[in-house]
Amino acid sequence: MLANEQAITVDTLIPECQKRFDAGLRLVGVTAVEIKQDSTFDVLYHFDKDLEVSHIRLNVPKEAPVPSVSGVYFPALLYENEIKDQFGVNFQNILIDFGCTLYLEPEVVKSPFCTFTFARKEKGKEEA
Amino acid sequence: MRTILPFGPQHPVLPEPIHLKLVVEDETVVEALPNLGYVHRGLEKLTDIRDYNQMVNIVERVCGICSCIHSLNYCEAVEKLLGLEVPQRAHFLRVMWGEIHRIHSHLLWLGLFADGFGFESLFMQFWRIRERAMDLMEATAGNRVVISTNIVGGVRKDITPEQKAWILAETDKIEKEVRALEKTILDDYTVKKRCCGKGVLTKEQAHQLGAVGPMLRGSGWAQDVRQTGYAAYGQLDFEPVVEYDGDSYARSKVRFREVYAAADLIRQCLAKLPEGEINTKVKGKPEGEVWHRVEQPRGELFYYIKGNGSKNLERVRIRTPTFANIPPLLAVLPGCELADVPVIVLSIDPCISCTER
Repeated sequence: MLANEQAITVDTLIPECQKRFDAGLRLVGVTAVEIKQDSTFDVLYHFDKDLEVSHIRLNVPKEAPVPSVSGVYFPALLYENEIKDQFGVNFQNILIDFGCTLYLEPEVVKSPFCTFTFARKEKGKEEA
Repeated sequence: MRTILPFGPQHPVLPEPIHLKLVVEDETVVEALPNLGYVHRGLEKLTDIRDYNQMVNIVERVCGICSCIHSLNYCEAVEKLLGLEVPQRAHFLRVMWGEIHRIHSHLLWLGLFADGFGFESLFMQFWRIRERAMDLMEATAGNRVVISTNIVGGVRKDITPEQKAWILAETDKIEKEVRALEKTILDDYTVKKRCCGKGVLTKEQAHQLGAVGPMLRGSGWAQDVRQTGYAAYGQLDFEPVVEYDGDSYARSKVRFREVYAAADLIRQCLAKLPEGEINTKVKGKPEGEVWHRVEQPRGELFYYIKGNGSKNLERVRIRTPTFANIPPLLAVLPGCELADVPVIVLSIDPCISCTER
């Protein structure tokens, strides 16, 4: 558990991000952590305002869809594409979706940073 | 007529591979899309096979140009996890090497910037001055680029009183020589013509798009992670360098002024350098979660680390400044002329080595 952290659910992810955007918080980064014990991911969103850092933590099962926050925070699209490639987190509706080809070659099917997760290659997305 | 033009992955103005798909209408860019991954190395994954002490060497190799600051961030994060008290002298030495790194990084960029305009002699002049910084690192740490001085618990090397005097003298010379070159580039007609009002990132955009470093401060934000006082910065006088125009010219001015600020910090650091130990014995294994961030030459560097009580860390997440500056770059390119793209891309000081860690 990090200091200044709030745990949220998939349903409240976008409203919570919108609240922070409206309050003038900058998105510092998004981190995915594989929780091997229960086959889930922790997705951490890090924010900053006046050098004060806060975090929100979303715990999701491996296959579960996660709404993209790139509609609120545009820079999130790069973080989400990266995590989708490397961990196979099922982000939905990313503003520019590279379809797991941001870092991975089209023929790669397994997410390299994670155990037992497969990259979701969507036809045609590699030309994003 | 609408056309898609490839910029990179190999381009004369950038020594590293990044690819941008530029959608142009006649000579005007209307959209830019990035393609990354040409040299991705998956360094974060090495936590599986390297222990937390060996990871210091790994994170230094994320980027040669700011290797020392990567290891500083990593070591401070692990020390937080272990609850280690690092000797004061080590904190000051870390800042000193970090600021020498900042000078050499900015001088490297200024040289490339001059080269981007075709000023080859000026490019060599900046790199000639940069050699002084490289010599300082070689003499004090044993290496010119990846200096490997930071370790978990402190630093590996100390400096002698003679070296201290020499570093001060060299720092003065570096500052004097850079000041002599400042007008040559910043007052040049061509440079102004191709930088002023080009690639403008507004203050609001800089914040919303998560810009960091000179890109953020060139758009009027007085935010620098060194203000948080990590390492020995809390004991030094420091004000962030800010410019307000948000264009390529403002970002260049920030980097020039940051060379002087770094020289000032080195002087302060050496004046206040306390006596004593340079490292402390490390006990235990890292357990729990921690984040830490520092200011690199290109901007804020953010680390998230998770330990599970074993010698291997469970997760090391590295968010580098260039990664954060790509969305702002995509925002400033539309509307510019095709001929301005190389200079605008260069103005964010892209480090693809960092991005493809």
